[in-house]
Amino acid sequence: MILSSLARAVAAILLAGVILAGVLLALGASPAGVFMALAQGAFGNWYALTDTVVRSTPLIFTGLAISISFSGALWNIGADGQLVVGALAAGAIGPQLEACPKPLAIAIILIAGALGGAAWGGTCGWLRAHRDTNEVISTIMMNFVAAQLLSWSVHGPLIEASRAYPSSTPIAESAHMYVFFPPSRVNLGIVIAIVLAIACWLLLFKTDVGFQLRAMGRNRRAATFFGIPIARLTVTILALSGALAGIGGAVQVSAITHRLYEKMSPGWGFEAIAVALIARLNPLGIVASALLFGALDNGSQAMQRAQGVSAELVQVIQALVIMILLAFDTPAVAQLWSALGGSKVAAPSAISEIPNA
Amino acid sequence: MLEAFLSSSIGMATPILLAALGELLVEESGIINIGIEGAMLCGAFFALTVAYFSGSTILGLGAGMAAGLAINTILAVLVINLAVNQVVAGTALDIFALGVTGVFYRKFFGITGKAFIVKLIPRLRLGRLTDIPILGGALFHHNMLVYLAFAFVPITGYLLWRTRYGLSLRAAGERPEAADSLGLDVYRLRWQALLVAGLLTGLGGAYLTLAYAGTFVENISAGRGYVALAVVILGRWKPWGLAAASILFGAAMALQFGLQALGTTIPYQIFLALPYALTLAVLAAVGGQAASPSALGEPYRRL
Repeated sequence: MILSSLARAVAAILLAGVILAGVLLALGASPAGVFMALAQGAFGNWYALTDTVVRSTPLIFTGLAISISFSGALWNIGADGQLVVGALAAGAIGPQLEACPKPLAIAIILIAGALGGAAWGGTCGWLRAHRDTNEVISTIMMNFVAAQLLSWSVHGPLIEASRAYPSSTPIAESAHMYVFFPPSRVNLGIVIAIVLAIACWLLLFKTDVGFQLRAMGRNRRAATFFGIPIARLTVTILALSGALAGIGGAVQVSAITHRLYEKMSPGWGFEAIAVALIARLNPLGIVASALLFGALDNGSQAMQRAQGVSAELVQVIQALVIMILLAFDTPAVAQLWSALGGSKVAAPSAISEIPNA
Repeated sequence: MLEAFLSSSIGMATPILLAALGELLVEESGIINIGIEGAMLCGAFFALTVAYFSGSTILGLGAGMAAGLAINTILAVLVINLAVNQVVAGTALDIFALGVTGVFYRKFFGITGKAFIVKLIPRLRLGRLTDIPILGGALFHHNMLVYLAFAFVPITGYLLWRTRYGLSLRAAGERPEAADSLGLDVYRLRWQALLVAGLLTGLGGAYLTLAYAGTFVENISAGRGYVALAVVILGRWKPWGLAAASILFGAAMALQFGLQALGTTIPYQIFLALPYALTLAVLAAVGGQAASPSALGEPYRRL
């Protein structure tokens, strides 16, 4: 089962690579050159390698946010906004922590991030549960509101002392995340991400709440008749999902930027959908797929410099991977897949893996 | 001042209305199209690119519609033939559109650094009507796409509720199995709805670059496609309801320029956030998706 999931992921990535090569040829670029530059930028030397880990970290947090919400068929497209509000909360409280001992300061900043994200996600959960408002639309709208809230904050109330640049006052030294092997930027954030991935896996597969959540994902109506508290679960899970993304934002502030800027996320909340799908929503798999996409993000900068192809190519890759994986999960393609000997077990249908309710 | 505000509201409402009317057809056939933002963005980019290099607005509009059609074709294969999850597939296309327009933008215009500007589609005066004080300027001094979009409102209503075809389409969205057993081709109906919506959404995108901005900036659609999704809910799946909701959002966007011109001290971010916050507030207030087609968002698999 694990092997067939892995084979499927590899096949999807290879197929995306082939389509991408076609796009690159159409653009007049050399596919081999682009792929080499991507790999070089992601793994070429010690610094590139460590930065791949750094760039994967926020994707693990947002990927987990997607994993637990999608598992319950709660379509949280707002992890980006939740991460931004988490970062905002962390960046707002960070400068006040001068007097705190380091562990406490870091704990406070992470909790602030979690609360910020939870408020953002939980609002959409409440609207879904009590006002029957489609969470797809509400979470998307909250992304835009979060972006403007951040922009206003760094131009207004949180602006740095000289008031010359749209960025916030730096957070206190004590709130800086522990960094491993300086001058690399690898930090405790990756450890926190992995611990949370394990916690999410336990939540999903080893607890009653996880069972209820997955039951709700398969069939919301049936879950209601089964006595599962749908409304409470909806609010809780979207708040938790937001909290995970929010911690990702706080880690970014604490470990990397040390202050707020107008733009805190290059689209991690959306990229997370590809990350989560490639892992079939499995929290442990998300750590691996986040590393893959982190490598892509990291390599894309080098690719842009070396090959003159815009780094936005990575978004094309993300989209292709999502579409291919969706197609792979359909019964028609699954039949073809097992006919080719890809898997002895019949590949699960889209309905069983990605809730359709 | 009032005249300019009203006129601007209607202008800003137009691309949203075009996309929302397309989405109405799609939703009545049983599909929720989150990829609408991507179709609009591609429409905007390719309309401008073709208009810029060919010098022809007409060709540009055609290219915008073709781009919308192309995005919706991919979506149709995924959500109709392969019956994959509609929300995830649509989101993938939004990401795809951001990537493709970003890559091609750099390819075509990034290196030269030349101004990337086309002449806007001219506004038409409707004779004596335009001379009516305030209302004349607000309502009857727009480019032809605005009149076209509002003309589509009753046409869409007639098609959906006064024709046999509309009945079939709604059957596909309410009870696909029943429609199928009556001999209707659910796949074909849904394909047709998505293709028509692709043309309308692409045209809405083309409006942004050719009739409003005169240029392209990355992510120029800025969530208008998503707003169109909200407009369909807010308008209760009725064409005139959609028109009214579009104008409400157009007004929220126009307010930003109006109040900035007045020189208020209110932070501009509040106005930028207003359309989205308004969407949330209104959806929370009207609540409910009870009026939506029953089979909305559920893939149909013919057995």
